[in-house]
Amino acid sequence: MNQSSIMACSKHHLPELLVIHNPYSVFTRFESDFSIKFHILKAWESPLPLDQFLTTHARSVRSMFSYFNFTQVNADLLRLLPALELVVTPTVGVNHIDLTECRRRGISVANAGAAYSEDVADCAVGLFIDVHRRLSAADRYIRQRLWGIGTPDDRRNYPLTGRKLGGKRVGIVGLGSIGYEVAKRLEAFGCSISYNSRREKPCVSYPFYSDVCELAANNDSLIICCALTDQTHHLINKQVLSALGREGVIVNVGRGAVIDEKELVRCLVHGEIRGAGLDVFEDEPHVPKVLFGLDNVVLSPHIAAFTPESFQTVSDVMVANLEAFFSDQPLLTSFIDD
Amino acid sequence: MDSIDVLYPSPVCSYLEQELDKRFNVLKLWTAPNKTQFIKDNSTSIRAIVGHGGVGADAELIESLPKLEIISSFSVGMDKVDLKKCKEKGVRVTNTPDVLTDDVADIAIGLALAVMRRLCESDRYVRSGMWKKGDYKLTTKFTGKTVEKPELKYKYYPTVVELASKCDVLVVACALTEETHHVINREVIDALGPKGVLINIGRGHHVDEPELVSALLEGRLGGAGLDVYQNEPEVPEQLFGLENVVLLPHAGSGTTETRCAMADLDIANLEAHFLNKPLLTPVV
Repeated sequence: MNQSSIMACSKHHLPELLVIHNPYSVFTRFESDFSIKFHILKAWESPLPLDQFLTTHARSVRSMFSYFNFTQVNADLLRLLPALELVVTPTVGVNHIDLTECRRRGISVANAGAAYSEDVADCAVGLFIDVHRRLSAADRYIRQRLWGIGTPDDRRNYPLTGRKLGGKRVGIVGLGSIGYEVAKRLEAFGCSISYNSRREKPCVSYPFYSDVCELAANNDSLIICCALTDQTHHLINKQVLSALGREGVIVNVGRGAVIDEKELVRCLVHGEIRGAGLDVFEDEPHVPKVLFGLDNVVLSPHIAAFTPESFQTVSDVMVANLEAFFSDQPLLTSFIDD
Repeated sequence: MDSIDVLYPSPVCSYLEQELDKRFNVLKLWTAPNKTQFIKDNSTSIRAIVGHGGVGADAELIESLPKLEIISSFSVGMDKVDLKKCKEKGVRVTNTPDVLTDDVADIAIGLALAVMRRLCESDRYVRSGMWKKGDYKLTTKFTGKTVEKPELKYKYYPTVVELASKCDVLVVACALTEETHHVINREVIDALGPKGVLINIGRGHHVDEPELVSALLEGRLGGAGLDVYQNEPEVPEQLFGLENVVLLPHAGSGTTETRCAMADLDIANLEAHFLNKPLLTPVV
């Protein structure tokens, strides 16, 4: 049989994969990566309202692709998918998925694993350097034509002085795959690393703090790399920010709600911490407007993970998980909530 | 030592000025209504000059100061001091190496990350309210890119063009001399190419600036992170509209800690000289 006739008659024998939201703008090779291996149920193309589409077409679907947090995998959705056994998500975070409900129904969840870790770590380091050395503020200063204003003798002088990176004590909140990549990179800058995580990691030599407040008190910077869960919601609160202190810097590449955003904004406006680099916010894409006028904060629109390379890697990971599932093999990046 | 006249041409660092004031009679050139006259009036008493990366001492100035013994620069770069003339006249010269190395290196990495991951551009995107209208686009992966710089444990290339052709990011970190003037020319820029990124933490004159600007505008070069320019503080305005460029105002060593360390080193060199002790970081 040639390729096209294989495609023609085997479409109906391909395992079904439910996709509710259109992924093609981000996963530009979705067709070539997924459609040759799976029969895609494209809910977004149907004129039917979602619940009708699902009850009509998805009653026997065993796998679904959750398109970032656009697809909230909650109890209401799961009720309409009685045969569902696997959710693959192109995210590391799974806070858009009701894990309790999935566990109750025996549904496995496969996430992006370490696919984004290098890129997120690079961004975290970039934000860290930017806040300390005022890169974005300085770039803005030049583009606003402010460099050189003044008397001829101090024309070259630039008022915003940075802080040296070497020797800084950095506390990583959440020493998972991303946190570990951040730690390795910052060590090369001469920073010393310690961390707080759900539990101490036996194979890691960095000092562990069981209390995040104590971590803050003993460090110059905090880098937030943890997942958003009930336990980590507003983990970084007034007490922690106060412990971090006036010279403290915070970088967040986890989830916005890990930090009490109102309190963080207050600290930044009043100079109660030195600065912040934020890739995530409590209510994206809304960012507290008062931050727009500050030079001690660097704002990034949730891009830390997003390079063409990482999307391709994530795509490969999801395909591999689906193939493993459909051939009764163990998942590669099964999310186990421990 | 407070009878020793030290010429301090421009107010580069207030901590340095403060420390100089404690020890010497500091002649603050920028406060003079007529600078040429000021130097003439003090020419027979000036024994030291404390310059910086942008303001040094040319042959004419050195010749006009018969009592000049030492020039201490608040910089590691010595391209603004006529070293040949100093040697000829027996004038000692010191700079501030090593204490600023980490900071400048950090800036180089910061610039490369900022260019490739569009940190400054995406910060602008958020501040302008654009994020509410749509997501920012993908940016280029940083880890795994080839950054070549001739160093002991890395690969050596005998020519800059060959180096540029084999890497994704080219960092200029050498001293400015006659040989390295415009070392980054059209040929090197073309070798680096439309996906390549140039990072300059050396001196503006390392790069043929008009060539660099046209290469960026035409898309022949992928991006640039610049801390130095041909004629500071002038920065080519054609670059202001480009998202693949990050511009810093010669801030490489600009941290509180390092500026203090540089000032301390300058002071230590001056004190050593006037106490007939060995200089700490002599260039001449």
